[in-house]
Amino acid sequence: MEKIYSRTKGLQAPFTGGFCPGCFHGVISKSVAEVLEEMDLLDRAVCVIGVGCCCICSRYFDFDKMNAPHGRAPAVATGLKHGAPKDTVVFTYQGDGDLASIGIAEIMYAANRGENITIVFVNNSTYGMTGGQMAPTTLIGQKATTSPYGRNVAEHGYPMHMCEVLNQLGAPVFIERVSCDSPAGVLKAKKALQKGFQNQLDGKGFSFIELMSSCPTNWGMTPLESVAFMREHTLKEFEVKNFRDR
Amino acid sequence: MPKVEINSVTCKACELCVSNCPKDVLALGSTSNPSGYHFAVVVNQDACIACKMCAVICPDGAIEIYK
Ligand SMILES: Cc1ncc(C[n+]2csc(CCOP(=O)(O)OP(=O)(O)O)c2C)c(N)n1
Ligand code: SF4
Ligand code: SF4
Ligand code: SF4
Repeated sequence: MEKIYSRTKGLQAPFTGGFCPGCFHGVISKSVAEVLEEMDLLDRAVCVIGVGCCCICSRYFDFDKMNAPHGRAPAVATGLKHGAPKDTVVFTYQGDGDLASIGIAEIMYAANRGENITIVFVNNSTYGMTGGQMAPTTLIGQKATTSPYGRNVAEHGYPMHMCEVLNQLGAPVFIERVSCDSPAGVLKAKKALQKGFQNQLDGKGFSFIELMSSCPTNWGMTPLESVAFMREHTLKEFEVKNFRDR
Repeated sequence: MPKVEINSVTCKACELCVSNCPKDVLALGSTSNPSGYHFAVVVNQDACIACKMCAVICPDGAIEIYK
């Protein structure tokens, strides 16, 4: 009998704990590790991990990684990319609070400089780790601990679409939004991640992959309810599509 | 015939594998693991077509498949 699917070498041995049940951070981090293994990059990749539930990735990933101060991962990745041996693949793994709120300056300028790095952006429309506060990406009407009546445009403005924002800049070479809510979506997401890493190997420049995710714990839902919510609401606000591929 | 193996200790009973299996091979079981989760179990191995969908979606990398 042949093993046709095994736990990737890019993840540490199975353990208890880690992400909450059914959190798509689990699917996304596993997919990142699988793509690195498939591309034979595990021994020359470095992940710069943001602050938030993405930090829990350090317990999962079995390749080089470091933590950046909140929001600063693109700046840390820039320094690392310029200082590290040429064949090092540098990418960030950041949440939406990290990347689109406190880290908005760092992501904009790394993108505008066209740094030869890859950004893995996990958008679950909330601040997961700190207990479900409103994020820049929270949907209109979506409740959060800091917006108990739901996001209200007059007071809080509209959700921020980071792919669309970055798509206004000249330098990025690849911008795509994917969703991991189904196995087919995960396979598409892996293709986008692969493209993002390949662009870096080819010296092309800045690649940005936004992966739509969930936070069952702070959305107050079971994992299956959170998938239904994503399909009914999140993916209508955040359209899954390729914005740029040069 | 394909064989699906679920790590009963690290499974968190999220049900994503159950809901994404096109052949209803999987279900949540009735016993809990040391972390308190009613881990997923194989209930209809004969129907499995080795499509790997369950393993692809498992957030905990708890599923391995043989063919
Ligand atoms: C400088 C600083 N400010 C605030 C915090 C508190 N903090 C920790 S995680 C987080 C938000 C994380 O949200 P997000 O990036 O969406 O990640 P998620 O947990 O949802 O994956 C905040 C504000 C901090 N750690 N450091
Ligand atoms: S708090 Fe939310 S984002 Fe963080 S691990 Fe739990 S479900 Fe995932
Ligand atoms: S491999 Fe396919 S058919 Fe078999 S249990 Fe998994 S999802 Fe179901
Ligand atoms: S997807 Fe994985 S963690 Fe979730 S119930 Fe199935 S085996 Fe368990």
